[in-house]
Amino acid sequence: MIVVNDLTKTYNGTAVLNIEELQIPSGQSFGLVGNNGAGKTTFFSLLLDLVRPTSGYIVNNEVMVNKSEEWKPFTSAFIDESFLIGYLTPEEYFYLVGELRGWNRADVDTFLKKYELFFNGEILKKQKYLRDLSKGNQKKAGIVAALIGDPEVVILDEPFANLDPTTQIRLKEIIRELAGANGVTVLISSHDLIHVTEVCKRIVVLDKGEITRDIQTAPETLKELESFFAG
Amino acid sequence: MMKRFISLQWRSFFRSASLGKDIAIRILMGFLAVYFILSFLLLGIGLYPLLAELYPGIEPLASVNRLVVYWLGADLLARFFIQALPVIGIKSLLILPVPKRKVVHYLLLRSLFSFFNLFPLLVIVPFGIYGVMHGGYNPVRILAWGVCMMSLVVGVNYFNLLVKKRFAGKIRTFLPFIVVGVVLVVLEYLGILQLGIWTGALLDSLVAHPYLAVVSLCIPVFLYWWNYRELHHHFYLDASLESSKEQTRTSEMGWVRRFGDIAPFLQLDLKLIWRNKRPRSTVWLALLFVAYGLMIYPNPSNQDMPGWYVFVGVFISGVFMMNFGQFVPAWDSSYYSMMMAQNIPLKKYLSSKAALMTFSVVVLYLLSLPYVYFGWDILVLNTACALYNIGINIPVLLYTGGYNKKRIELDKSPFLNYQGTGAVQFIMILPLLILPVLIWYLCYKFISFDAASSVLALIGIAGIMARDGLMARIVSLYRKKKYVAINGFKERND
Repeated sequence: MIVVNDLTKTYNGTAVLNIEELQIPSGQSFGLVGNNGAGKTTFFSLLLDLVRPTSGYIVNNEVMVNKSEEWKPFTSAFIDESFLIGYLTPEEYFYLVGELRGWNRADVDTFLKKYELFFNGEILKKQKYLRDLSKGNQKKAGIVAALIGDPEVVILDEPFANLDPTTQIRLKEIIRELAGANGVTVLISSHDLIHVTEVCKRIVVLDKGEITRDIQTAPETLKELESFFAG
Repeated sequence: MMKRFISLQWRSFFRSASLGKDIAIRILMGFLAVYFILSFLLLGIGLYPLLAELYPGIEPLASVNRLVVYWLGADLLARFFIQALPVIGIKSLLILPVPKRKVVHYLLLRSLFSFFNLFPLLVIVPFGIYGVMHGGYNPVRILAWGVCMMSLVVGVNYFNLLVKKRFAGKIRTFLPFIVVGVVLVVLEYLGILQLGIWTGALLDSLVAHPYLAVVSLCIPVFLYWWNYRELHHHFYLDASLESSKEQTRTSEMGWVRRFGDIAPFLQLDLKLIWRNKRPRSTVWLALLFVAYGLMIYPNPSNQDMPGWYVFVGVFISGVFMMNFGQFVPAWDSSYYSMMMAQNIPLKKYLSSKAALMTFSVVVLYLLSLPYVYFGWDILVLNTACALYNIGINIPVLLYTGGYNKKRIELDKSPFLNYQGTGAVQFIMILPLLILPVLIWYLCYKFISFDAASSVLALIGIAGIMARDGLMARIVSLYRKKKYVAINGFKERND
């Protein structure tokens, strides 16, 4: 359960995020949509304590995010390339993340077997450093690394951008499986309304830092969102 | 078109994110520039009388001509390491309707506006004027000589660009040239080869026949044309503008496992150092500086200044510690937000950095043991300095590192690279180098050599004992500075 209370973030006097109240129950697949500058990435950064809130707080499974670091063992994220260590090979990176989350090499290896299809033969055993992979392949590696170590909360910022169609479809399956069978809270943001409506049980629309819609996904949700964004 | 390029250049300089913020660096660079300009100007003014006195039998102009070849050699060497063809920013021009040849011409002409080309001018012009006024040289001849000198300098400018293009980053292909260079120097030293005298004679005959200066103009023109052809031909993303991809070098580094729970970070740091240009250079530099003592210890004039030996002692065993430590945690800047969001206890992260630096101090200390040849005192002093480095300087470096907030691009060339350098780096020199010298010198002056060295060593040991407490303070500082660091490390400034 993630609880947001009176959270605001201002830069030089301009408010970029202002969320009075938001609760995300465990096991929910939660989608965040909004135009550029709506505050999606700021919200995720606050959730990961990468940015200090101007006021208010976030509680992640009873841990106050900006006070304690106890949320780290059960929360993982992939926000952008700054989450990858460019001079490691994908394998080395996965092993490192595994180690940080208490998995040994064998654990990571069995875990990676499940994602062979997702990698499409382009990530593992390629003898390339992460910095030399294409943007899309970097993203694949980052997303999979965020799933290592059985996290209870997974945060993915724009996971569909830069991915090829096949991988997009596979990623949707992965996210559904995570939130469905495994009870993981998945938070994703996207500019692609179709993807979010397909994957997320609940969709929140951010506009200029404020929540303007909070929708339980239904067949007519896509239409509703499209008409909202069409202005 | 040229005008537009120049205005682009102007804006890229004045709008760069780093301008204004790095006042300390700007001031330092400004001082250096003024210092060099004045030095070269003084050299230019004083060269004539100086040479007249040094080589009384020979005309000053003739002795200058003999030295020219060495100057050019040194010039080429310095340029090779420092000057680079600025191709950055060209990528965005590739698909715009700008003729390639214009971009190439612009790049090549821009390379002329370099201090390397200004400095010789500062020597040549005053020397020529002095020669005409006091030496009674024919102004036309001196003018021709000056033109010839400048065309040689510009020739070196373009020759360097060609050389760099061919050999940059490929030490192996460059090796034969180094061998040839060394052979030339040795032959010259043995007196078999007299490059200076031969080329001097050539230049003398040029002065005798001023119209031949036109011939010397062919050198830069030809090299310019060659450069133009090369660049125009390679004006593609994959050819020269994009850096080549490296082959991976994977090693398990299983032996690091023994270090327990800091092992993953230690492994990461070792990979950081091996696989990235800039941190890798800190290792070579450290090995180079072990030899620093050879320049200091045999010199009897240093014996009167024992404080100097402390400085050297701290430096020899601490050079890697300083070079690496001053940029903790900026080495990890490109993925710092991941480090902060991932399940990583800060204490272990920092302990691994401390362990790495401690290890380096020990290794460099062991390498410096043979200096005992120059006296037991030196061994005693170096031991004390190494202990001080481990006990005090490592925590100091880590602590000041907490204030680092400038991004470092790991694969940029390390030469004259001030990326990541801020006021912090200048301030930290004080406690690192000056303080131990001061402490030691005061004890030495008022008590004795042994007492001074013991005090230094004891302070170091005390620091080692208090390591845990110091680390706790450092960790809390890093925690406090986390947001500033994450934000600062995101700012790219190329």
